Order: sequence, then C-alpha cells, then structure tokens
Amino acid sequence: MSIGSFIIPAVMALIIIYGLVKKVDIFECFLEGAKEGLGTSVSILPALVALMTCVGMFKASGVLDIITYALSPLSSVLRMPKEIIPLAILRPISGSGAMVIFNNILNEFGPDSYIGRVASVLEGSSETTFYTIAVYFGAIKLTKTRHTLTASLTADLTGFVMSALMVTLFFGNA
Amino acid sequence: MMKWVFSGLILVSVLFGALNGRMNEVSNAALNECGNAVQLCLTLTGAMCMWSGLMKIAVKSKLTEKLSRLMAPVISLLFDGLDYKSLAAQAITLNLTANLLGLGNAATPLGINAMRELQKDNKRPDTASDNIILFVVLNTASLQLVPTTTALLRSKAGSATPLDILPAVICASAASITAGIVMTKLLNKAFPAEGKGRLRGREVRA
Repeated sequence: MSIGSFIIPAVMALIIIYGLVKKVDIFECFLEGAKEGLGTSVSILPALVALMTCVGMFKASGVLDIITYALSPLSSVLRMPKEIIPLAILRPISGSGAMVIFNNILNEFGPDSYIGRVASVLEGSSETTFYTIAVYFGAIKLTKTRHTLTASLTADLTGFVMSALMVTLFFGNA
Repeated sequence: MMKWVFSGLILVSVLFGALNGRMNEVSNAALNECGNAVQLCLTLTGAMCMWSGLMKIAVKSKLTEKLSRLMAPVISLLFDGLDYKSLAAQAITLNLTANLLGLGNAATPLGINAMRELQKDNKRPDTASDNIILFVVLNTASLQLVPTTTALLRSKAGSATPLDILPAVICASAASITAGIVMTKLLNKAFPAEGKGRLRGREVRA
C-alpha cells in the first residue's frame, strides 16, 4: 500500500463524513451533481473530436521530424539534446504521444543519463496545454479565448528551457 | 485563436503528409481519431460524474468554503475581484488542490466546474474574462507537487532513484507557472476584453 493510494479514498471518506455530520442529503446530492457532470461531458466531446483529429493527423504526417531537424542548432545553445525536441514539441499537444516518446527516450538512453533526466524533468513539469484549453473552453462553449494560448505556451517554453538548465545545475553536464 | 491552431495543424499535416509520402497514415488518423475521442470521452464521463457528485456534497456541507478560506490569500492575490466565499473561488480552490495532490482525474471535472462558475461572473459571456484566462493558464502549467507518472515510468525503465529529479522538476514547474502568470497579467492589461489596453503608457488596440 503506497501513500498515493490513500489519498482518494481518504478524500471521499472526508467528504462523506462531513456531509453526514452537517446533515446533508448525501445520496440525492450526489445524484444531482453527477447529472450535472454528465451534461458537461457531453459538451466536451465536440472539442475533443476536433483536437484529437488534428493532433492525430499531425503526428501521422511526420512533420515532427522536420521541425526537430530545423530546431537542432537552437537546442544545442540551450544545452537541450536534440533528441528532446520531439518531446518538447509534442508535450503541449498530446499527452499520450509525449508519453510514448518519453518512454522511448528512457529506454534508449537510460533514465539516469543526462538526456534521460532532462526528458524526465520536462515531462514532469508540464501539462498537455492544447487538450486542457480545448476541454475547459469547450465545456463552457467559449471560443474567444484571447491570449490564453500565448500565455500558456510561454509557460511551457519557460519550463522546457529551465528543464535543461536545472538538470545541468543539479546533476552536472552531459 | 483556436481556429488557427485547428486549421494550421490540419493543413500542415496534409502538406507534409504528402511531401513525406505518409498520406495513408494521415488519412487513417483523420478517419479514426474521432472514434478515439469518443472512447476518451466515455472514460472521462465516469470520473466527471463521480467527482461532480462528491463535490456537490462537499459544497452543500460547506466543506469547500472552509478549504477556500485557507487558500483565500493566494486566490485573492491572483484573481482580481474574486470574493473568497464565492462559488467560483471554492471551485478554483478545489481544482488547484486536486492538481497539487496529483489527482489529475479529479482535477479536470473540478476545473470545469470552476470554469462554469467563473463564466457566471463573466460580464462578456462570448469572450474569455481575465480570471478565466488566468485559471486556464494555471491548469496548463503543471502544479503537481510530486510527478508520480514520470517517476513510475523512470522506475520501470530501471532508474535507481526515480525521484532524484524532484528538486529540478519543482524549480522548472515554479519557473513555468511564474512565467505563465506574469505573461497573463501583462497581456490582460495590454489586450483587455473591452476598450483599448494600456501597455507602458502607450495605447494598444485590442
């Protein structure tokens, strides 16, 4: 039993106990909330279809290799190994795609190598930007997102640059 | 903005698919990914219903109000004009807490809940408000205290110390969140939802 597996049951127990103490109509309340959740999931589907279609086509077209090739001079300046570029590009776009690349990097270069560590820090310090934006805005049916994407990608870019720098700082050079 | 992402990704994929001789794969993706989206949505729906149900109980019992009181200083610092007692603040608190604890599956439904509450306060319902943007940016930057999935994959690949990257991850995460918040605040001022923005004293058209 790891600590991680305690969290969710503990949270559930806490909510239920507190609800019982405060005399909330627990089951009715749960059903009401769950029904609202159902409506929201349905409203997410269109955005999800849009996103997964264009991301899937993107991954299939092989344009990632071309971008990697084009960016390799820049990445060596930032001490970022060029093998990490596909991961950095794909991470904000596709969580599952990024996980596949990450796993490949770990298996090819070893998790405790410089490359392995940079990949790990990158993977651990960012989220799937496009998916989150699509789902969150899709749920409230808002299309005018203004500068959300710009700010999010700035955060992602900062994280990427910092990953290589932090690994150099904590673990030394390649 | 999303229309450029959507169109751009598809058009680039078609062009480079043709150039790379991978039109077969591109075509298959176009046909099959929509089905994958439905499968993903089904998985999400279960978690969504469960956590929405639990959260309704938590809100009704005022548990979430107590929790958001704890996070009130942070919330009021980040989000302009948000009362810590409001439903939006409570929902935001829950979502951020779930993110910190690494409960990704719970964080999404909670986040959507927060979006709905923030949208209720939105004076221009067809355009994202400053608070909505900040909230989404916070969610797109990783808030996790411990990167459990990454550590798991490292461990499986044979790492002797899967979590030795923790300080590096925390620093990189902190940097990216800070950059995101700063950028959001700057752009909120420069390109407000209505009227002309002010950037460094000069007027900037929205």
